[in-house]
Amino acid sequence: MGSTSDESRTPDRTTGATGTSTGTTATGPGRRDLIKRSAALGLISVPTMSFLSACASSGGGDEDKAEAGEKTAKNPLAVNDSAQLEFVLFDGGFGKEYAEDAVKIYEQNFPKAKVKFSATQKIQSTLQPRFNQGTPPDLIDNSGAEQMDMGVLAGKSQLADLTPLLDAPSFDDPNKKVRDTLRPGIVEMGQLDGDPVWIMYYAYTVYGVWYSQKALDSLDATYPETWDEMLAVCEKAKKKGMAGWTYAGKYPYYLPFSLYPMIGKVGGVEVLDAIDNLEPNAWKHPAVKACFEAYYELYKKGYVLKGTPGLDHIQSQTAWAKGKALFIPNGSWVENESANVMPADFDLAVSAPTGIDSSDKLPFGTIWASGGEPFIVPAKAKNTAGGMEQLRIMLSEASSKNFTTKVKSLTAYNGGTDGITLTPGLKSGVAALEKAGDNVVNPRLQDWYVQLQKEKIGVSGLGEMMAGRLTPAEAIKKIQGYADETAKDTSIKHYKHQ
Amino acid sequence: MQHGKYRFIVGFLAVPLGLYALFVIWPFIQSIYYSFTDWTGLSPEFEMVGFANYERMFDDDIFWKSLQHSLLFALVLPLVTIGLALFFAFMINVGGKRRRGGPVISGVRGSSFYKIVYFFPQVLSIAIVALLFAFAYNPDSGSINSLLRGIGLDSVQPLWLGDPGLALWCVMAVLVWSTVGFFVVLFSAGMASIPADLYEAALLDGAGRASTFFRITLPLLWDTVQSGWVYMGILALGAESFAVVQIMTTGPGGPDYSTTVMVLYVYQKAFRDGQAAYATTIGVALLVVTLAFAALVMRLGRRERLEY
Repeated sequence: MGSTSDESRTPDRTTGATGTSTGTTATGPGRRDLIKRSAALGLISVPTMSFLSACASSGGGDEDKAEAGEKTAKNPLAVNDSAQLEFVLFDGGFGKEYAEDAVKIYEQNFPKAKVKFSATQKIQSTLQPRFNQGTPPDLIDNSGAEQMDMGVLAGKSQLADLTPLLDAPSFDDPNKKVRDTLRPGIVEMGQLDGDPVWIMYYAYTVYGVWYSQKALDSLDATYPETWDEMLAVCEKAKKKGMAGWTYAGKYPYYLPFSLYPMIGKVGGVEVLDAIDNLEPNAWKHPAVKACFEAYYELYKKGYVLKGTPGLDHIQSQTAWAKGKALFIPNGSWVENESANVMPADFDLAVSAPTGIDSSDKLPFGTIWASGGEPFIVPAKAKNTAGGMEQLRIMLSEASSKNFTTKVKSLTAYNGGTDGITLTPGLKSGVAALEKAGDNVVNPRLQDWYVQLQKEKIGVSGLGEMMAGRLTPAEAIKKIQGYADETAKDTSIKHYKHQ
Repeated sequence: MQHGKYRFIVGFLAVPLGLYALFVIWPFIQSIYYSFTDWTGLSPEFEMVGFANYERMFDDDIFWKSLQHSLLFALVLPLVTIGLALFFAFMINVGGKRRRGGPVISGVRGSSFYKIVYFFPQVLSIAIVALLFAFAYNPDSGSINSLLRGIGLDSVQPLWLGDPGLALWCVMAVLVWSTVGFFVVLFSAGMASIPADLYEAALLDGAGRASTFFRITLPLLWDTVQSGWVYMGILALGAESFAVVQIMTTGPGGPDYSTTVMVLYVYQKAFRDGQAAYATTIGVALLVVTLAFAALVMRLGRRERLEY
């Protein structure tokens, strides 16, 4: 996950076929018909199995790779200038225009090469069979609800190491490596274990507490830096008939967007690393307890919008945009996603999470920001150099600016915001990143252990606690149990912070 | 005419049986095979792992929860849906008051209108039904809680899908709502073929509505009810329950695993977690449950066939 597009965070919206057959015989079928029906029932009962199996079986090992081209200053990755390039993009919240623009540059630079570009939302359904056959495309934006598990792909040697790309000179400045033009954390996020970099996250997301500056001004308040101030602001809001907080109650794994960096601020980055590494008793750290208790207090004091546990992300964002609640934990995509319900004078702003008090380990401003929109180059692709070259083009300043202008999001390219007008939320995000400086945390649970993060910690732990059905102590115990279970589970791949 | 009879039959059966074997039987065998491997679904490489997936499944709390919910679906949904549908169908076709000069048996006033109304949900895709109800269950501005507020019940504002005690029942209610109409039409058709003189005889003997229903209608409708039962069970175990749980519920599958069902778990394991082999293992368990359900229904429902 770790992707910023709308579709990637929303729950998968795939729906089963509506199996309404029309077996209306007036007198009712006999026994033989019933037998037929029970056979038909088998047909329905294992649909997933059958279409899964349709795509397995023998994989071809044909390795007819494109020959390497000539390595020059303009072509540092030695792309074969006549080899075809195939690029499959996730057609989600960011659209496809930014990628089409980048493809045009590739075609200009390699006029003899044909580029086959396609955009789809069905990444897994289209590409899974091609991985199984050993004929994947050269560059994939592996994002959205149908994202393929990259831990599994890397573990099965299906991905190319992007280190050559990172060490190549950047598109704009031949004296600077691509690696040195990226925002902090991007390269590390692309590693799973060991040195190889499997994933290039292109978008850059800022997570935190989002609010309307106008609403906060109307309460005569500034964004609270300590938890006591937070409670005071919520009390003020409550007196005006406004809830302090709301969140995506049906998908409580939105809560960590502000809760995890808060834990990092209170207890230091080591606490978050220990949690990511699934260390025993990582969740029993006092910082975790303090932050859980702080959030629980929001519920206890009635500062959470009534009915929140039954709201999905869109419903909670709508209630928040309408001014029913002041704060919401979210990511920078919210500006785009809620654009149509947000009043024109909303004045969207984001802040790093509020801490407990001045004894916190890290200063106020510690924020969670990380890459989204993961691009991968399959190891078995015919033109891996071409795939990487296309990425090198996308990581240029001009392409990055183009992306930011078109889709209101930052990219992995460090900079690229000068000279363009930023929307209120984006501007506030850039300011928050500047304030954070080096104090940018990047918890990895949501990319490493999706099930643990989403349904176990999110829904069954935090969701239950914020609905008042678990106390913080019970929630911590339950979550620690889930983490231990995941650490012991041999069927999933485990990762560690380097 | 005996000459060439078998060749004639085989000629007709070969194509359908071949298709059936290719698209139903063969995938079944393949799926069972994959449940003994460690296939991820994302690469062509896999190894045999014996019964490891099955051992894991038996230790998996979430699997047991989803099995429990699926069984509850298969038990409660047919019972409620078919019970309601029988009641509605009876009232529409037989349950009306006798009017002077009218036919001996008739439905309640406006029954042809009701028949159409009950069938309406059937024309909506289950995905749309689920989305509509997700809006209705919204505790903040959904129609159900708004209605409760409107009639002065401000203190009764349940979280519906956000409440682990209610969520599963909310999902079931949606399935009942969307399928009951189909069975009303199915049973109406069945009732229409019951000869009217049987009812006349019962009326002459002084039978009331209840005894007419239990002594005449239900026994003569038994075959239809039984196949309706199996069909409803399929819906409850299969695609239909997946769609509503996936679209409507917290997580999906929650809160706190209160609505997870087997099909959802198969889907999540195969397409979210990259564990296709384990997903096929759960699929095999689902197959066993479904076949057992069908066998049970047929066994319990065995009765003498009445000729009329």
